[in-house]
Amino acid sequence: MDGDGERKGEFDGKAAAELVGELRQSFWNGKTRSYDWRTDQLRSLARMLVEKEKDIIDALHEDLGKPEMESFIHEISLAKDGCARTLKELKSWMKPQKVSTSITTFPSSAEIVSEPLGVVLVISAWNYPFLLSLEPVVGAIAAGNAVVLKPSEIAPATSSLLKRLLPGYVDSSSIRVVEGGVPETTALLDQKWDKIIYTGNSKVGRIVMAAAAKHLTPVVLELGGKCPVVVDSKVDLDVATKRIAVGKWGCNNGQACISPDYIITEREFAPKLIEAMKSTLEIFYGKDPMASKDLSRIVNSNHFKRISKLLDSDKVSEKIVHGGQRDEQALKISPTLLLDVPQDSLIMTEEIFGPLLPIITVDDIHQSFDIINSRPKPLAAYLFTKDKKLEEKFVRGVSAGGMSINETVLHITNPGLPFGGVGESGMGAYHGKFSFDTFSHKKAVLRRSFGGEAPARYPPYTPKKSRLLKALVNGDIIGIILALIGWPRA
Amino acid sequence: MGTVEERLGEMREAFRSGKTKCEKWRRSQLMALLALVREEEEGIFSALNRDLGKHRAEAFRDEVGVLIKSINFALSSLKQWMAPKSVKVPLVSFPSSATVVPEPLGVVLLFSSWNFPIGLALEPIIGAFSAGNVVALKPSELAPSSAEFLAEAIPRYLDGAAVKVFLGGPSVGSQLLEQRWDKILFTGSPRVGRVVMAAAAEHLTPVILELGGKCPAIVDSIGSSEQKVAAKRLVAGKWGPCCGQACVGIDYILVERQFASTLIDMLRRTVKSLYGDSRNLSRIVNRQHFMRLEGLLKDPSVSASVVHGGRFDSDNLKIEPTILLDPPLDSEIMTEEVFGPLLPIITLEKIGDSIAFVRDRPKPLAIYVFSNDEALKKRVVAETSSGSVTFNDTMIQFAVDTLPFGGVGGSGFGRYHGKFSFDAFSHEKAVMRRQFLLDFPLRYPPWNETKLRFLRDVFHFDYFGLLLVMMGLKK
Repeated sequence: MDGDGERKGEFDGKAAAELVGELRQSFWNGKTRSYDWRTDQLRSLARMLVEKEKDIIDALHEDLGKPEMESFIHEISLAKDGCARTLKELKSWMKPQKVSTSITTFPSSAEIVSEPLGVVLVISAWNYPFLLSLEPVVGAIAAGNAVVLKPSEIAPATSSLLKRLLPGYVDSSSIRVVEGGVPETTALLDQKWDKIIYTGNSKVGRIVMAAAAKHLTPVVLELGGKCPVVVDSKVDLDVATKRIAVGKWGCNNGQACISPDYIITEREFAPKLIEAMKSTLEIFYGKDPMASKDLSRIVNSNHFKRISKLLDSDKVSEKIVHGGQRDEQALKISPTLLLDVPQDSLIMTEEIFGPLLPIITVDDIHQSFDIINSRPKPLAAYLFTKDKKLEEKFVRGVSAGGMSINETVLHITNPGLPFGGVGESGMGAYHGKFSFDTFSHKKAVLRRSFGGEAPARYPPYTPKKSRLLKALVNGDIIGIILALIGWPRA
Repeated sequence: MGTVEERLGEMREAFRSGKTKCEKWRRSQLMALLALVREEEEGIFSALNRDLGKHRAEAFRDEVGVLIKSINFALSSLKQWMAPKSVKVPLVSFPSSATVVPEPLGVVLLFSSWNFPIGLALEPIIGAFSAGNVVALKPSELAPSSAEFLAEAIPRYLDGAAVKVFLGGPSVGSQLLEQRWDKILFTGSPRVGRVVMAAAAEHLTPVILELGGKCPAIVDSIGSSEQKVAAKRLVAGKWGPCCGQACVGIDYILVERQFASTLIDMLRRTVKSLYGDSRNLSRIVNRQHFMRLEGLLKDPSVSASVVHGGRFDSDNLKIEPTILLDPPLDSEIMTEEVFGPLLPIITLEKIGDSIAFVRDRPKPLAIYVFSNDEALKKRVVAETSSGSVTFNDTMIQFAVDTLPFGGVGGSGFGRYHGKFSFDAFSHEKAVMRRQFLLDFPLRYPPWNETKLRFLRDVFHFDYFGLLLVMMGLKK
């Protein structure tokens, strides 16, 4: 019987404290630590992804109008992949890692042991409400923790689906879902957690970190930013626009933290780019994108109004070169291209998180790096070019959470690459083994024997001991021998 | 000197200039740091003597020597650390390549503590410079000679635009915390750690908190020759480092009741032989801490448990090594971090009870275990949690470059030392590269069943099915 979150608004501080207490007890009893428990949970989750695929797709469609393909590729398949990969690698991840020791501590052996942190809080986002809930939970479980998941209330169908489904598949003594909005999240944040992972915006990210500070709780913050795409003139324009478009409108209609936010290209090249993008958009979404079934809608009217406001600014609306259609009833905005909006306009200072794509032009493509570096570091940065030198300059000179060259978005699907931000776009990383590591404490273990005594360590302190110590510290074998036989050395 | 903002502006400019990015610059700074530590050894010893009454041998062993070792390790590893790492690419993403590229975070702020005021100030700088950052250092004002030494020596050896020392107390600390940094590493108390993290939250600055805790030493029954070695290591691990004022120093001992008196005897003898001459011991850092430690013995049931030592020299701020046997578990000396030369010994029915004892308390920075019982050792590793565990020795894990140094829970989070220092001050940037060749139209809208099937195959890593679809043999 679990009463948390069932009656909205009744999940208060007391309920939160009880919940954490329960999970902490469960953790202390050692339940979550065994390999078998962890793999059981992961296998159940993998099964859930297969058995409930239709329910998940339906919920995502209800919350976001997400096309079935996107739900399948981005949310279900990536989650399945995460489970499968973790199951495959977990045994090796859990093994202590032997490390070498030097003559200074001879004889000794050392290793790094991964252990769970304890009770972890996962606060998920609304745009990939399923994936961004499940992926961190999988990581927390793999590392042996107990977990509380707080899905976003802005995607209510997915939130209640998770609340309904999880108890039927995973161990409720250690894995729980709490639904709700600001009051419930606040009640949760007041508790002491062993780690918190938050996916969302930087304003709330600050609140989460400040709350965590009270309990000295480490946090992972997966935030956002304005992800720039630099498009050089030396490109295969057809492929480039397709890859940009699928990363922009093919990802929840631009409502994704790693979606291309704006393009920078050379002034002379812009018209060609715009024409190519227009024709790609027509191939993808037809002549009337508002009628296309392959575009997510805008999540709710708050965000619709927010995005509309970006377009309605003076000096911005006149820069629209394609699209701009809006339907407030249906919460639809068509893929919209803008050319050279003022750099201080709202659309160029706020994260768009929608289907508007401003194109900024520069005289020389190298100027794009300065533009990007003058802004907060984004979660992702993209470059399209055949010019290897430009590519190197970009990788060396631009800082972002991650980058793709001649591609968008896909770098986050590689489980060998860490997924996380830097600066305003966040701190910490996860995915693949990085998830396991982020939810683990890496404990240093040093084993010594009673032999191998170095009297030089102890008082009374003599000049000979000093020499020996100096040599030991420098790993200086000759020095050690000389000091031991009493030979003075300069 | 300039205001905090002006000096920070200079540092930002230095970072923006890009000079810290090249290996040559980083190497030159590390070599300069090595020169500083070697050439200014006497100055360091003086400062530590003035601040803490630290003996030069202790100063070398715990601060100067450690720094030399760490800098050498960084110099020999730097190239490797800086190199981008290739990552395997799943066939599904073919053709593409993936690397993780380490890059500096930018301008980092270091707060060092007063007990190892030179070591804990310079060790993080090794990592920060290796990773290509610029550094603001705020040394503790409770070790003023060391702070002044650093403020004077650092500009003479290191790049003055890339590292700046900020002297002062809490108000300077607050001013620094108002600014935006790319990372903060704080060594100190949990109370101030909370303040630092809360300030960092305003700017979304990631932090490393190196805090403390009550580090227990679990002493099992061991052979008599081993007891001699153990006693030396225990005594040296308690009073050697800054007279007990060390975050990884032994805070208290757990031992089986039947062995307590043997242990106490050995400890007393060893204390006399190692620290009979009080010049080998550091003093208490200041009157406030001296009185705090005096206060721990005020409770009559605590002072009654003193079995060795207990003399306080308030003129010289020296306290002799003091051992207590079974003070009440709810007394302050057993609930607060001692951070001084008082050593409570707690007796247990069986040594196995030490596991639950430690688990019931906040996670410490280090746990020490003296034992030959492999089963007990296994249980400690598996059933307790701490920054580190060291078997049959004390303190020395601090000097192992390949082990991470950091806490968990109340003892902090984040880690450094060795490569972990480089990582602590780096952003690991994920980079994926693709070509324009070989594009799969099935990736793109408009969606249909064929494409859905294709992608199902792709995600099942059904490459054969994939191939068939691509060749048009499977629809």
